[in-house]
Amino acid sequence: MDVELLARLQFAGTIMFHYLFPPLTIGMGLIMVIIEWAYLRTKKEVWHDAARFWTKLFALNFALGVATGIVMEFEFGTNWAAYSRFVGDVFGSALAAEGIFAFFLESGFLAVLVFGWDRVGPKMHFFSTLMVALGSIFSAIWIVVANSWQQTPAGSHVVEHEGVLRAEITDFWLLVFNPSMVDRLTHTLIGAFILGAFFVMSISAYYLLKKRHEEFARRSFTVALIVATIASLLALVTGHDQAKKVAATQPAKLAAFEGHFETGEGGAPLYLLGWPDSKAETVRFGVKIPGMLSYLVHWDTGEPIPGLKEFAEDERPPVWLPFQTYHLMVGLGMVFIGLTVVSLFFLWRKTLFTKRWLLWVWVFAVIGPFLANQSGWVAAEVGRQPWIVYPSVQDGVAQAGLRTADGLSESVTGGHVLWSIIMFGLIYALLFVIWIFVLNNKIQHGPVVSAAGAGEGGFLAAGASRLDRDEGRSLTETGDEEPGSGKGGEA
Amino acid sequence: MSHEALCLIWFVLLGVLITGYAILDGFDLGVGILHYVAKGDRERRIVMNSIGPLWDGNEVWLVTFGGALFAAFPVAYGTVFSAFYIAFMLLLFALIFRAVSLEFRSKVQSEGWRRVWDFGFFGSSLLAALLFGVAAGNLIAGMPIDADRAFTGTLWDQLRPYPIIVGLLTASLFAMHGAIYLYLKTEGELQERMHRWMWRTFGLFLVLYLVATLYTLVAVPGAVANLRNHWWLWVVPALNVLAIANIPRAVHLGRAGYAFASSCATIAALAFLFAAAIFPNLVRSNLDSALSITIFNGSSSVKTLTIMLIIAVIGMPFVLTYTAIIYWVFRGKVRLDEASY
Repeated sequence: MDVELLARLQFAGTIMFHYLFPPLTIGMGLIMVIIEWAYLRTKKEVWHDAARFWTKLFALNFALGVATGIVMEFEFGTNWAAYSRFVGDVFGSALAAEGIFAFFLESGFLAVLVFGWDRVGPKMHFFSTLMVALGSIFSAIWIVVANSWQQTPAGSHVVEHEGVLRAEITDFWLLVFNPSMVDRLTHTLIGAFILGAFFVMSISAYYLLKKRHEEFARRSFTVALIVATIASLLALVTGHDQAKKVAATQPAKLAAFEGHFETGEGGAPLYLLGWPDSKAETVRFGVKIPGMLSYLVHWDTGEPIPGLKEFAEDERPPVWLPFQTYHLMVGLGMVFIGLTVVSLFFLWRKTLFTKRWLLWVWVFAVIGPFLANQSGWVAAEVGRQPWIVYPSVQDGVAQAGLRTADGLSESVTGGHVLWSIIMFGLIYALLFVIWIFVLNNKIQHGPVVSAAGAGEGGFLAAGASRLDRDEGRSLTETGDEEPGSGKGGEA
Repeated sequence: MSHEALCLIWFVLLGVLITGYAILDGFDLGVGILHYVAKGDRERRIVMNSIGPLWDGNEVWLVTFGGALFAAFPVAYGTVFSAFYIAFMLLLFALIFRAVSLEFRSKVQSEGWRRVWDFGFFGSSLLAALLFGVAAGNLIAGMPIDADRAFTGTLWDQLRPYPIIVGLLTASLFAMHGAIYLYLKTEGELQERMHRWMWRTFGLFLVLYLVATLYTLVAVPGAVANLRNHWWLWVVPALNVLAIANIPRAVHLGRAGYAFASSCATIAALAFLFAAAIFPNLVRSNLDSALSITIFNGSSSVKTLTIMLIIAVIGMPFVLTYTAIIYWVFRGKVRLDEASY
């Protein structure tokens, strides 16, 4: 079997599965900070219940993110040893910073966030939530620094070390703020905020439809909708900036995104839809706006954009997959803007929560950002092929890149990789099913409503929430825990 | 600073990270290995929740160690991780199953469900402990590394008797460490049972420790070269023996906290001896010693090592501060509450 193909498939599979979780926790982190801050400000129990509920789901998602994340760190060494030796010196600083500043921060305060409700005061707890949210963002920063350096290397040079070429750092801050880093980071984080917000809205909409935990659901939904609307609009801005950066730094990738084969005279068109065929070097069934691509990149419909034919054949990325995933991401982004703006309008008119059809849309809308986050990265990563580290020109000196095919481990065979792909495939399929199952279980159980919060709704509501709570306990707890322990017992 | 000095510093810092990991996740893994000592659902939840808030933070030491190895010694990272391909894939599966067993087990009220994750927790903890030891044993004994810095052997070369003994030693050490930890965190009948298991695991560890020591002295002469050349290094094995001897003494006197400190010291001493055994190599080639990857020829540039050092110096006080805060917040006996696993 072809080791390169298998190793790439394995990396793609494991990173995509892993990447279900980090954007979810980054996004949920922001929403939890807002909700807990609202609790600190208003002292309303419903905010407290909401914070506790989302924390539980957050912890589940976080655990899966950690478990699948260790795989990524190992895989660089196991499958991509030559690549690791090439980039190790450059990644050194970013990885050290990530470990020290992000991982310890996240994991330490996560303990207080999840298990510390009854052990620390509300302010300390809020501080922990804030630290976990910040930690997950720090983590994203350093990973994106490393990834962006591979796409647009800066602050480094390629030298021989012990008979092998490798990249070495020359300037830390140039490396950190390499040309594509800021655009990529903001777009990635905003994608994460959209996903986290849509996730919260999906579950809240479900409760509203089922007429359960409505007060909790309305408040959670409102917070998340505001976050989602701002983030969806910002995604358009940052996405546009990033596409311009790709045009400037990785023109072959942009050409692949847009299925742009022939440079031609004058402006390049923008395909809304199409089926690129790289053998025939054309886009079939394309729906295009003439000159639009040139307009978006240069604000000028007549400016030519280099097509794929400008690049040597062994330096062209695949076209079909980057084209489709890029278009899927952009299309979904437009849908997010429409959906959030319309919902915000109805929220303002105070009719949102009576529109059952719209709530049903929201229940399933969470699939959208999952797809958009994944497809955006697929486009970014497939679009940079055949390079695992892009060649660059720094201070007027050409620096060699590293081809993906040259990054593999020497001692690892196709059989090894195939075996581990099958194992990962089985385990991740199992994890996915269990994740959905446990998630559903928790959602069906719902938030544990404290008696104080229920007091707002009068005697009957308090009784109902008490019932709700007791029912919840018997479903998830073992029943043999000490009386008086936990929130329910105190109430 | 000179390249040599920086390489030495990073070798020491990696040693600190892996020692921290072994001490902290050591009791986590030990708790998993002893999971079946707990009878019934309530006891099992107590066992799991004894590490509930801590295990994730403890595992970060491993993640940071891996990242620091990648960054400071990328040549060794690439070679070691690809050499242990199958072993490390199994390790990954073990770590994944451990994490999700903890997370999933108590989420569903079903006996069959919980039985599956009980086994997942136990099995993955044991497997991970064994694999860490097997990897360490191979690094001490040396591996077939060729001129391309690639491992030329097979999985079976890594499963020779010596690494397996080191693997068993590691598992027994962590089990003992975990037993003492659980004794500190539990009460009543479970604690009494843990008391008996402290003795059992200590006995097992002691036997394996003697076997492994003799085996090393007889069959792996390269491992003691540094000790032969630097007499003052013998302070460490001497302290190691004292720490080990202090464990049964402290247990007998009923001072489990003292026993736990001794078992931490034992782990630190063994980690130090491991470092002394391989130094200055990270991966010793048993084909030709000139092909070994040392801390000097396998390292990153002066600039990278310097920047990393600055980051570590700035960051470590924070890390230690919030590690201390977390352990303080979750001190004392395990209490099950609504947030527990």
